[in-house]
Amino acid sequence: MIEFSLRHQFPGGLALAIDFVAPDGATALFGPSGAGKSSVVGVIAGLLAAQAARVVVDGEVLTDTFRRIHVPVERRRLGLVFQEARLFPHMSVRKNLMYGFARAPAGEIGFDDVVELLGIAALLERRPHTLSGGERQRVAIGRALLAQPRLLLMDEPLASLDAARKAEILPYLARLKQALALPIVYVTHALDEVYAIADTLVLLEGGQVRAAGPLAEVTSRGDVPLAARDDAGAVLEARVAEHHPARQLSLLRAGPLALWVPLVAGSLGTRLRVRIPAREVILATEAPQGISLHNVLPVLVVAVSEDQARHTAMVELGSGEVRLLARITPDAVARLGLRPGKPVLALVKSMSVDRVG
Amino acid sequence: MLTPDEWTAVLLTLGVAARSVAFGLPVAVGLAWLLARGRFPGKAVLDALVHLPMVLPPVVVGWLLLLLLGVRGPVGAWLHDWFGVRLVFTTTGAALACAAMSLPLMVRAVRLSIEAIDPGLEQAARTLGAGRLDRFMTITLPLALPGVLSGAIVGYVASLGEFGAVITFAANIPGETQTLPLAIYSALQSPNGEETAAKLALVSIGLALVGLGAAEWAGGRARAAVGQRP
Repeated sequence: MIEFSLRHQFPGGLALAIDFVAPDGATALFGPSGAGKSSVVGVIAGLLAAQAARVVVDGEVLTDTFRRIHVPVERRRLGLVFQEARLFPHMSVRKNLMYGFARAPAGEIGFDDVVELLGIAALLERRPHTLSGGERQRVAIGRALLAQPRLLLMDEPLASLDAARKAEILPYLARLKQALALPIVYVTHALDEVYAIADTLVLLEGGQVRAAGPLAEVTSRGDVPLAARDDAGAVLEARVAEHHPARQLSLLRAGPLALWVPLVAGSLGTRLRVRIPAREVILATEAPQGISLHNVLPVLVVAVSEDQARHTAMVELGSGEVRLLARITPDAVARLGLRPGKPVLALVKSMSVDRVG
Repeated sequence: MLTPDEWTAVLLTLGVAARSVAFGLPVAVGLAWLLARGRFPGKAVLDALVHLPMVLPPVVVGWLLLLLLGVRGPVGAWLHDWFGVRLVFTTTGAALACAAMSLPLMVRAVRLSIEAIDPGLEQAARTLGAGRLDRFMTITLPLALPGVLSGAIVGYVASLGEFGAVITFAANIPGETQTLPLAIYSALQSPNGEETAAKLALVSIGLALVGLGAAEWAGGRARAAVGQRP
């Protein structure tokens, strides 16, 4: 677990006031550039000296400006992956990987395991300048892991890669998260990376935390900056409940909700993460007849917020603990008489359920 | 060909230049690192001091060395009393004078190549658990190798030709401190010395060309070794 607190006033004017607690698992720091994301990473790593900061990782105080504690960067044992791979150009891939490994106390993360996990066995004897961008970044991740860190910090690790390279690395990151019980702090301004990796989401904007909590909770709130985006949509943690090969459908369950989707791979009980874009959700007060739609979900209206500028309304819907978002017109809100507590039906096409992790 | 005396001057010159690099290069690397990466008060003053031999008349540098390291100078007296070391009028003294004169050139070459290293690499090494000296030895120095090598060669070639500081600090003693330029000067001063002067001048030109060629070749090899595409 990481306890983080930061106060800093930049000469240029931006003031940072950022506090959050990151439980074990992967925590994504998401926000536009200039939100203070990289400052957070710099302060956790010890590379930036803030006016007031406190960083506690698994009970050990790494930075506490008030008590004048500042553990030097090289003794923090935090794995840091930067936007650029920063591989040592005068060393082979193997020597790059060994750099932190040789300097770290013996740990649980083995050389062969990391090489296998990241698929870099064929690259070991090559020099960094002969690698592709994606390969370099995989080696950089491996190098950070082999230093036996107690926390992996990733500062926009995929931002300099094109979409194809990114798609190549994301599965490795997801595997890595499952294979190693290592807390991860992941900075990004790309939502697809958040969905694929994060368990906890911290939304930063203008040097402040706008929302923080479990991914499904933060993505399904109508009152955070995420909800203002065109691609807003709730993320649901679901399990595979039934397969119907004859109908080419699978049934997923997320809390009390059942979702029919095109047949997915994975045995019954497999956890997967789906996302339902808010603009794809239709609300109805009566079940429609003679329609291609599979998913008619009984839910309650939790909250309605109007976006005056865009003439749209965001409706938060709930069923038990599960939350959905629907973006509809203010006119529809009025016609259906939507207000908190009202039961409605959320209509979701099977095709609109995106698997994101 | 060359007479035994002329050979002595040539071999002495090569030896003095080698020692000059041996003395000067470690100091140059340290100074270059301080100037490239250090943040401390007085950095501008240090920078100016390092460059001083380049803008001062060499005779003045030789004389300052004499004041400092002469047997009655503050450092020279101490060396003499405690270790029995005398630098003035010795081969070592000649090498020291050459080192002082070529220091700015060596610092400059090394500093440029340290400044060209992405500080992010040193930062990455730091997060991987490497302390200051460790980072310097495993990242900074190897990556600065092209600059260190070209600094060494430039310093060597410059030492071959140093005149004013050597003659002031170490005097013009054949077989001890009389390097090629001093031997050429002496030859020109003596009647019928022109043939000797011409031969030694040719040797000087040859050495300088070999030095420049070596610098080019070694630079390319070193850049390839540190992973920069040639």
